[in-house]
Amino acid sequence: MHGVRDLRRDVPRRVHTGVAMSALPASTSRRILTKGNEAICLGAVAAGCRHYYGYPITPQNDIPEYMAAHLPGLGGTFLQAESEVATINFILGTSASGKRVMTSSSGPGISLMQEGLSYMAGSELPAVIVNISRSGPGLGGIAPSQGDYFQAVKGGGHGGYRLIVLAPHSVQEMYTLTMLAFDLADRYRTPAMILGDAIVGQMKEPFVASAHDPASTEDKPWALTGCASRERRNVKSLHLKDNAIEIHNWKLHEKYERIRRDEARAESYMLDGARIAIVAFGTAARVGKTAIQWARKEGIAAGMLRPITLFPFPVREVAELAGKVDVMLVVEMNTGQMVEDVRQCTPHHDRIAFLGKPCAMPTPEEILECIRRLAGRKS
Amino acid sequence: MHTPAGGEEIVSAPGKAGFSRPVYTRPRSLVDVKSHFCPGCHHGTIHKIVAECIDRYDLREKTIGVACVGCAVFLYDYIDVDVVESPHGRAPAVATGVKRAQPDKFVFTYQGDGDLAAIGTSEVIHAANRGENLSVIFVNNTTYGMTGGQMAPTTMLGQKTSTTPYGRDFRGDGYPIKMAELLAGLEGTAYSARVAVSTPAQIRKAKESVRKAFEMQIGGMGFSIVEFLSTCPTNWGMKPLDAQKRVLGEMSEYFPLGVFKERTQADVA
Repeated sequence: MHGVRDLRRDVPRRVHTGVAMSALPASTSRRILTKGNEAICLGAVAAGCRHYYGYPITPQNDIPEYMAAHLPGLGGTFLQAESEVATINFILGTSASGKRVMTSSSGPGISLMQEGLSYMAGSELPAVIVNISRSGPGLGGIAPSQGDYFQAVKGGGHGGYRLIVLAPHSVQEMYTLTMLAFDLADRYRTPAMILGDAIVGQMKEPFVASAHDPASTEDKPWALTGCASRERRNVKSLHLKDNAIEIHNWKLHEKYERIRRDEARAESYMLDGARIAIVAFGTAARVGKTAIQWARKEGIAAGMLRPITLFPFPVREVAELAGKVDVMLVVEMNTGQMVEDVRQCTPHHDRIAFLGKPCAMPTPEEILECIRRLAGRKS
Repeated sequence: MHTPAGGEEIVSAPGKAGFSRPVYTRPRSLVDVKSHFCPGCHHGTIHKIVAECIDRYDLREKTIGVACVGCAVFLYDYIDVDVVESPHGRAPAVATGVKRAQPDKFVFTYQGDGDLAAIGTSEVIHAANRGENLSVIFVNNTTYGMTGGQMAPTTMLGQKTSTTPYGRDFRGDGYPIKMAELLAGLEGTAYSARVAVSTPAQIRKAKESVRKAFEMQIGGMGFSIVEFLSTCPTNWGMKPLDAQKRVLGEMSEYFPLGVFKERTQADVA
């Protein structure tokens, strides 16, 4: 599967080209072994993205490298920007042109993109932004982290807006959620973010490269393509007249409410009869699943609710869960961010436990130990 | 003397039955609205030049303009083309994204001096250096107009602004930056010129430069920029006529008018 069929002879070996684009299915499903970052690229291309712009930063460099190798052959455009500030504005321009476009970065770079993301949210422009997050704050480190949760789900930039935020926990989801991110971004005309980390980015596993549903590709009657046989159009976020900006804010609010109502997604994992439920996303959830399997073997009724969308947060699912289990154990690779959203779903804060591992992946043993203690307290 | 679509450079001409026919008309690409700009401001004149050049090459229906932040943002109220609004200083990056997505379209940015020469220096330098096939209209009035007349990177030495109340001093504030010359020094720049619009002759020359810049893009030659020396009577605290004199005097002395780079051949790999 690790095809090198389309490698050009004159490409030196050290150049990263990864899975051949021909591995992508035209209509049938097919299993491909690759790492998460490449699955994102394959998902983007399958979803019709032909424009990628980026700036180097660890731990996501395999995404721009893959796109640099493969997009030109597909008639697409790869462009390395002078900064993430420029990157997000390339993205803005291509999005305003009506094209599917993606960038990827990590914490410090995502911070530099916040200005552009705010403008894009205000101008109602879709795009997919991948954050393969690293430890912070500041330069922090390159260890995997979930410390960018607040930045991703609470707006990040100025002015009060939301991104649609998807949190893959497997290579499979790096592929499918990237396709979904493009569809949701277009449907709601707003930027969507894939929030991953170095673990889901670098881990390799087989995934099914399902075809993208062409029916989920939206027309873009708002795109700027030149005003041939129509009135001129603007794409802008400045609203100075009368109460235009107030009206615009309510319009955006209504859109975010629709997203909350219709797009929340979560996975229930071994929740049948569970008394203890882990609530975790991404890599923390992946590790948590192993701990749950071990706990079940020990006769502890543990399960998991895994938010797949972080905005919209699966409020209803968490609230229902809170009514069913004795305790919810929130596991995050930070000192406690999503746990605040979990607390908002239930008045019983004494039934919420938290395990935080800032800037490190928790081990299944650590999570299991936590589950054991919680089970001991309850039994 | 000719009258192409959109009417430009029309000087005289007796019409039928001895009546004068209109010889100075509104270009098709200029929206017929009242200007909101201050008396003596050059934005209106520069808009008209841009609109005339869009008409001249029949570009209106394939143009995407990029508006920046500041007084220049209102481009979309005056030029009858598709316009996307950019964050402050990022217009060359937004334009890059538009042009890379639609290489067959005509793309220009319209930026002030705070936008292009301060917060957006990085974006304009790298767009030029990549030889992005787009055109930049750069309006240099030596101050931040919309925010109330603060020091710009182009503010003249000694010039009093709201943030240089004792005059710009090179010892603390540095020197007025000469963008047209700076950008002319980059390999990717196809055309770089500085013009003024304080006399009819200058207006005609300025239009020639914008035409050249647009021709560079049409011919795929790379990045083109025309810097306009412009007035801001309101924030300079001057009457419009005195403001014109300032452009013709000290501004033109420090910021010389002229063509600093003109490519005759496109680069080939």
